[in-house]
Amino acid sequence: MAKISFWLQRLAQLLIVLLLVTFGVSMLLRLIPVDLATVLLPVGSESERAVLRAEIGLDKGPIAYYLQWLGDFVQGDFGKIYFSGGTEEVSTHLAQAMPRSMLLMIYTQVFALAVAIPLGVISAYRAGRRADRIISNTLFTFSSVPSFAIALILIIIVGTKLAWLPTLGYVTYSEGFAEHFKHMIMPVLALSVGLIATYTRLLRADMIAALREDYVTMAASKGLSDRRILWRHVFRPSSITLFTSAALSMGGLIGGAIVIETIFATYGVGFEIFAAISGRQYVALQSTVAVIALFYVLFNLVVDIASGFVDPRTRDRRVNA
Amino acid sequence: MTTIMSIRDLNVSFDTPRGMLEAVRGVDLEIEAGTSIGIVGESGSGKTVMSRAAMGLLQGRNVRRTGTVVYDGQELTAMTREQVRNTFGTGMAMIFQDPMTALNPVRRIGSQLSEGLRVRLGLSKKAASARSKELLDLVHIPDAQAMLHKFPYQLSGGMRQRVMIAIAIACKPKLLFADEPTTALDVTVQAQILQLLRELRQELDMSMVLVTHDLGVVAGNTDSVAVMYAGEVVEYATTKKLFAGMRMPYTEALLQSIPKVDHPSGKRLSVIAGRLPDPIDRGAGCSFAPRCQYVQAKCHTEHPPLEADPDGHLFRCWFPIGGAK
Repeated sequence: MAKISFWLQRLAQLLIVLLLVTFGVSMLLRLIPVDLATVLLPVGSESERAVLRAEIGLDKGPIAYYLQWLGDFVQGDFGKIYFSGGTEEVSTHLAQAMPRSMLLMIYTQVFALAVAIPLGVISAYRAGRRADRIISNTLFTFSSVPSFAIALILIIIVGTKLAWLPTLGYVTYSEGFAEHFKHMIMPVLALSVGLIATYTRLLRADMIAALREDYVTMAASKGLSDRRILWRHVFRPSSITLFTSAALSMGGLIGGAIVIETIFATYGVGFEIFAAISGRQYVALQSTVAVIALFYVLFNLVVDIASGFVDPRTRDRRVNA
Repeated sequence: MTTIMSIRDLNVSFDTPRGMLEAVRGVDLEIEAGTSIGIVGESGSGKTVMSRAAMGLLQGRNVRRTGTVVYDGQELTAMTREQVRNTFGTGMAMIFQDPMTALNPVRRIGSQLSEGLRVRLGLSKKAASARSKELLDLVHIPDAQAMLHKFPYQLSGGMRQRVMIAIAIACKPKLLFADEPTTALDVTVQAQILQLLRELRQELDMSMVLVTHDLGVVAGNTDSVAVMYAGEVVEYATTKKLFAGMRMPYTEALLQSIPKVDHPSGKRLSVIAGRLPDPIDRGAGCSFAPRCQYVQAKCHTEHPPLEADPDGHLFRCWFPIGGAK
């Protein structure tokens, strides 16, 4: 029983976060000292603008506007993108952009973890020795280069000079499996370099601390090999910070890959945000930010559930709290 | 009688930013098969480092170990880590001081217990699990089957210590290092654990090195006692002889610092004034001299050697209790 009420409480907290975020964004939009209807329909007639104001609630106060937007949003109506020729549904755009960003995020995450975990384990095991110094210094160097610079360097060298990989666009895997991955390699590399450095560092620090624990000496005294001790006894208790950080960065990767998605023109959610800002599509911006916030919150929940499996102590502690 | 472990001139030091920290200095010990030896000394006297170094469990780039340790005819100090590892569990095992920190917090008791059985004895998963349950029965843990599925944080200190003992004896070691096995426990549990260790030693025909700061624990549980101070053995005798007449002022002071039931209440506990000498810069003379109530001029300038009475009682003192050498 305690468990159920704990999770209900947790869900309620997350809902409140969502409401606060979307309300904040809504208020910010209304603070812009221009007439939003004019911005959205710069060439339309005054009567068309009046219809638009009534349709999305711009004729009402900020709170009523927010409530109307929220009502539409939960029913799946994310608003429209307005341009001179007519309108497009934000939801159609997101339906195309979302899977792209999700895949980009998943590839990036899997790649970053697959590289960072062995590196972190090695550099903790060989802390202060040559392997550790090489790993740490290399990662430090790479992580101090911003991801857009890495993206541009990759495009110039791998894309243009060597012409190994396409530099632009996105191909769905139903259109061609190999092409799909070819288009993803460079964006994934550009996005994961910083993550790899962060993950390796987190894991290294936690593992070095865990290696000093009595239970590691105890495991050694049972006659276990170093490899077994590292993976079975040290990695798991040291991995909670790593996985928490990974899960939290997922939300950021979905909406936050704005620069990378724009450079490589993959048309994901990040690109939609970029387009909404530069085209002053404020309703689209508001709904897209809300979707990203929703994912952020969901990944948070996943972290909470998963950490209970990684470290059983947190399971009971939470219930008791 | 055969010797299960022989330690010769064991020195352990740690390279620290301030200089070499000499934790263990020139320790010689013989452990006869089937016997139990107590290593006694206050915190920082080097007893834990000594026992871990003897087993080869000290790791790190700053550790310097010299001397020889021979276990069951094999010179551990000349073997590779893999070879030493092959003596763990089935040959040597260790019970750690703090049952709160020596069990892996994120793994179930069952997996921690059966791991050694599977790796060292090659048992199948099923056989290891069945044996684990037997081991928990052996250390008198009620409802052993359920215990296998629990995590350490769900257990009391006494139960964890029993689990740790079960892990240590899982592969029937010939030599068990028990490093302060009862220090973290309250007195009633302490008596039960010591009783349990006595039973297990008989059942498994195991030799034991019992490391403790408590002369009271040593009294009924060991055949001989080595008293350590500042990294050195300062007195060594059979337990009977030691309690019949200790020669080293430090041992006497250690005994006097144990509170007694018949002491009038309100009486101050006797303590050994002062502190252990700086392990990096120990100076000349007897290490205990600054704290010794019988100290004389010679004690400050010349380091006493470990010398023997005619009956084999060893002590490191210029002016031993009970008179002339």
